[in-house]
Amino acid sequence: MKATPTTLFDAIWDDHRVNADPAPDGGADTLYINLHLVHEVTSPQAFEILRERGLPLRRPGQTVATMDHSTPTTPPDANGIYSFSDGDTAAQINKLETNCSEFGVPLFALGHEYQGIVHVTAPELGLVQPGMTIVCGDSHTSTHGAFGALAFGIGTSQVAHVFATQCLLAPRPRTFEIRIDGALQPGVSAKDVILAVIMTIGTEGGTGHVFEYTGSTITSMSMEERMTVCNMSIEGGARAGLIAPDDTTYDYLEGRPFAPRGADFDAAVAGWMRLPTPGEAPYQRSVSIDASKLAPMITYGTSPGMGVGIDRPVPLPADLADEDARDSLHRALEYMAIEPGKPLSGHPVDVVFVGSCTNSRLSDLREAARILDGHKVSDTVRMLVVPGSHKVKRAAEEEGLDEIFKRAGAEWREPGCSMCLAMNGDRIEPGQLAVSTSNRNFEGRQGPGGRTVLASPMTAAACAVNGVVSDVREMLK
Amino acid sequence: MKSIESRVTLLPIDNIDTDRIIPARFLTTTDRHGLGRHLFEDWPEGAAALSDASILVAGHNFGCGSSREHAPWALVDHGIRAVISTGFADIFHANAVRNGLVPVVVETDDHARLIAQLEACPDEPVAIDFENNCLRCGSVAAGFQAAAVAADQTTPGGAELDLLLHQINDIHDYEATHQPRVDTRMESR
Repeated sequence: MKATPTTLFDAIWDDHRVNADPAPDGGADTLYINLHLVHEVTSPQAFEILRERGLPLRRPGQTVATMDHSTPTTPPDANGIYSFSDGDTAAQINKLETNCSEFGVPLFALGHEYQGIVHVTAPELGLVQPGMTIVCGDSHTSTHGAFGALAFGIGTSQVAHVFATQCLLAPRPRTFEIRIDGALQPGVSAKDVILAVIMTIGTEGGTGHVFEYTGSTITSMSMEERMTVCNMSIEGGARAGLIAPDDTTYDYLEGRPFAPRGADFDAAVAGWMRLPTPGEAPYQRSVSIDASKLAPMITYGTSPGMGVGIDRPVPLPADLADEDARDSLHRALEYMAIEPGKPLSGHPVDVVFVGSCTNSRLSDLREAARILDGHKVSDTVRMLVVPGSHKVKRAAEEEGLDEIFKRAGAEWREPGCSMCLAMNGDRIEPGQLAVSTSNRNFEGRQGPGGRTVLASPMTAAACAVNGVVSDVREMLK
Repeated sequence: MKSIESRVTLLPIDNIDTDRIIPARFLTTTDRHGLGRHLFEDWPEGAAALSDASILVAGHNFGCGSSREHAPWALVDHGIRAVISTGFADIFHANAVRNGLVPVVVETDDHARLIAQLEACPDEPVAIDFENNCLRCGSVAAGFQAAAVAADQTTPGGAELDLLLHQINDIHDYEATHQPRVDTRMESR
């Protein structure tokens, strides 16, 4: 018997609501959390709250920690000693170890075979499954929506709330369908799709909403491509982005270390198949995008919404009607030292970074390697390739991708967030321009005074070879 | 907090992100306190505009970017008690309220009039009345939707943690009828 039609988001929310609107002033539900992901940066003050209140961590078996943001991406020395950027990063790593040990939280520490970027390692271990609620003190928790899980970032106070009660208080967001149809052209990837979505709706377009990505482009995507799309939901203003699970999802999960096995797996799939599919119920907002006409995307400004097809001119501030938008664009172009009115192709590049929770999975590295194979990184470019996890690193090395990168002159590093946010000492220098497969081109994000251009792994590799911003399609001919 | 009156720090720039508010390299701290000295540190324009004012007037979509609660911690540690904008990113908004920093959302027209007034008279104080949901600056008066003024923050974890702990029996009942989806301590066999 089927209940009233509902969206995937509403079904998951209602299934996890312990209490509706418990507070006297109202506006928030008590939501149960199935999986709490933890990393070293946003957790120490939350563990401290438990200590100050004398509270235990309620469900260690639904909590798991890894280290990624402040970890070095250089290997340990012969004695297994890691070289940290400074005493603070080392202290933060030590703090996570002692906190996890004190509160019984499983930890993938440095050197552990499962250590890696939290949003890469959790899905590849099968910890992320359809219909779950997942939180992490990290805005890119939206990544896990690719599995049809409701996953969103929270602040450190809420990390403490979930530690103590396995629940949090949250206002119910509204639903927003992002419908994407059409086959992608050669040289165009999932990263280009999500950059085009953000360009279309704006960086605050999704505020107060949860996206559900639907349409033929999405259903044709692999799980890794879906993760790239959902990862950047937050750059479109939405805390979460969902994709309905299907055979691609189930095939990906089968046999992963923490996914159910045998008859349990079959029973789980049967349950997942009962989750609502697109079209069963209306969304509160909807937008439609034709992906078949997309070119590789590139950003030219200091906000992820400032993107354009690689063959299109960077917009002129004077062409914008809105005064505030004109002012923002003017400031951004000045910071980036980019000339509007013509395409960005040919603009000099200093650094190329392939990595981050957006684009550091095996398929991303394969795409970058395919472009680099048989070429050299330009003499004027420093290229860093940082796999998302040890599993990704091992798989890439088994295929010989590391040899392609090293032969081309790129640095092949240990897993971590690295140059995406420049916390661990990997950074660009003031005035340098980096083409980066990461998710944010904010001023100084990759290092004080640094400039960031966001692009796909294929585009990044093409830029590394040519030493200038390039249309990867020229290399595919 | 029923009301606040102060001179303002004026930064009428859109999309002031959390990396500009507090760059990631300062997130290596394991403490909640003392981040005010790094507020806007890598952003010369922001750093130059800072004063002892306890109200910040910013452009659209303030606080976009990461979930770092270090952003409101840094603002509050610097002495900022309220931010006025036309809109805030979701996670920042929630983090701010939990730390006693009030996000005040005004209409675009009122925002423009407020900024024009402050550009003409930078020393003009802004008075915000949270009981009547209105603010005043010289000749400019504007209403706003009821601001989410934080409740008691005196206990670690805040009043929200107390509210959750009061529901612990309900949470227990929920767990009794819903199987855990994964066990992070044990791989499947």
